[in-house]
Amino acid sequence: MGLAERVIKPNILRGFGLYTALAGIAWCALFPILWAVSGSLKDEGEVTTPTLFPAHPQWSNYREVFALMPFWRMFFNSVLYAGCVSVGQVFFCSLAGYAFARLRFRGRDTLFVLYLGTLMVPLTVTVIPQFMLMRVAGLTDTPWAMIVPGLFGSAFGTYLMRQFFQTIPAELEEAAILDGCSPWQIYWRILLPHAKPAVMVLAVLTWFNVWNDFLWPLLMIQRSSIATLTLGLVRMQGEYVARWPVLMAASMLILLPLLLVYGIAQRAFIRGIAVTGLGG
Amino acid sequence: MASVTFEQATRRYPGADRPAVDHLDLSVDDSEFVVLVGPSGCGKTTSLRMVAGLETVDAGCIRIGARDVTDVEPKDRDVAMVFQNYALYPHMTVAQNMGFALKIAGLPKAEIRDRTLDAARLLDLEPYLARKPKDLSGGQRQRVAMGRAIVRRPQVFLMDEPLSNLDAKLRVQTRNQIAQLQRRLGTTTVYVTHDQVEAMTMGDRVAVLRDGVLQQCAAPRELYRNPANMFVAEFIGTPAMNLFTLPVINHSVSLGDWRVRLSREITDAAGEIDVGIRPEHFEIGGRGVEMQIDVVEELGADAYLYGRVTGPDNTFGQPIVVRADGHDPPLHGSRVRLHPQRGHLHFFGVDGHRLP
Repeated sequence: MGLAERVIKPNILRGFGLYTALAGIAWCALFPILWAVSGSLKDEGEVTTPTLFPAHPQWSNYREVFALMPFWRMFFNSVLYAGCVSVGQVFFCSLAGYAFARLRFRGRDTLFVLYLGTLMVPLTVTVIPQFMLMRVAGLTDTPWAMIVPGLFGSAFGTYLMRQFFQTIPAELEEAAILDGCSPWQIYWRILLPHAKPAVMVLAVLTWFNVWNDFLWPLLMIQRSSIATLTLGLVRMQGEYVARWPVLMAASMLILLPLLLVYGIAQRAFIRGIAVTGLGG
Repeated sequence: MASVTFEQATRRYPGADRPAVDHLDLSVDDSEFVVLVGPSGCGKTTSLRMVAGLETVDAGCIRIGARDVTDVEPKDRDVAMVFQNYALYPHMTVAQNMGFALKIAGLPKAEIRDRTLDAARLLDLEPYLARKPKDLSGGQRQRVAMGRAIVRRPQVFLMDEPLSNLDAKLRVQTRNQIAQLQRRLGTTTVYVTHDQVEAMTMGDRVAVLRDGVLQQCAAPRELYRNPANMFVAEFIGTPAMNLFTLPVINHSVSLGDWRVRLSREITDAAGEIDVGIRPEHFEIGGRGVEMQIDVVEELGADAYLYGRVTGPDNTFGQPIVVRADGHDPPLHGSRVRLHPQRGHLHFFGVDGHRLP
């Protein structure tokens, strides 16, 4: 056996094993989505039968979604909330991350550890006090209830941005100091443009969180004119219990913008995951 | 332009057992090019950063011209720095990088453009003005870093090992360009390097530091000819100066068959002295120190002989390096006799200081 054959053969075998395993994992992750797509195109009689391809695709299920719920209104609300919270998170988390990574002040690291410690407090503990706060502030059942709590940053986002800022060479900041920049200018003109991958990661993750969030809008919002898509979907489920194909179609429509956001941000997102050490 | 003066300047890092820079007294004249040189950890970069304002001065003061800048913000010191890794802003083009300081200072766009173009012309960077740093070679990045400093027309240039990331050939070329540029602009320059060849070829004067303490500051030739102590003697010159610790007997010292009579001033100082002889200051042949050659390093024009001094009973003693003519050097394994040239001997006392 030649050297080349000996080297190549295990590689082929290993590659085959690896890709089979990856294909298996991908199938597990994608199958529920495929099932939902398939369900969204079936008629009501067929939806419970175990077939992946509908006999007669019912595209009318998608039309019905728009007839049964104020889809565009809720879509706009979800975009508005996710957009505002994402911008706020990026702005405040990057500012806090910059301070924790670069500015020197007494008690900085202790404060950071304490702040990071808030990640361990589960949502179920804070949800009632937050609800009460919103009620006292008179913000329940207003769009502000969806925007304000997440607007001013989070421990996770701050941690993410801090990790990224720490990887930027100190000389870059020192060059900016000598060029006459104030700390704000260093942050705004040098570090933030440089932190695009981390900003994308934070923005996309925040967008996903707010878009998919169900518990908080359920607690905060009564009026359907300010409801989110997730809320609309569940209300539809309540009203039209038996209409599974339409529900599936609505789910697909809600999922679509997320795929679009991820598609646009994909490259920067993956780079960001790599440089901030979030992966693995 | 302005002078730069360190007056007893000291920097002590928290937790360190000795200061990184210890009571440094050094004056760089207006338009002068001074190189700070020394081994790693000698405090040369810290000294430079103290001038820039990036490092706190714990004691003493720093002056730029007549102005005490010890507590002045870096941006108000009117200094420009070239960093070892260049520290170019990666998201900006070459032109934006060069004009950034002027933009922050609020200069009109037309002036920023003119000054950037002038500097780009000076450094042959015109074709690259629209490129980002990642699309440039190492040499081009280095020139952009220089350009960023030049555009500002500062009182002082501070350069922190700006050539260390270049390959050997480009380093020699850029070394000459920087020296020429500095002479043309006449801007006071403090330059840090660990490379003594760079220091000797570029600086009007060279300041040698060790463990945060200034050892000697002098013109390159003076440093080579009259090193103030054994550290400078060994540090300056490649290969390093040969140093032999020899007992003083009857007002003279001897090494093998070579014997030299010393002045009373030297013999009165100690019973034992160090004698320094550079590799290029031996004559091969005749009477003198006998050397067993272990290795011959042929460099073309010259050859360096590495070996040991042989004793009277054929014992091998101290290591010794000798420069020989590259055309016909002795073979390794052979023995040669060396005669140190009389006018090129250096004597150091037990404390390492030069004896008269």
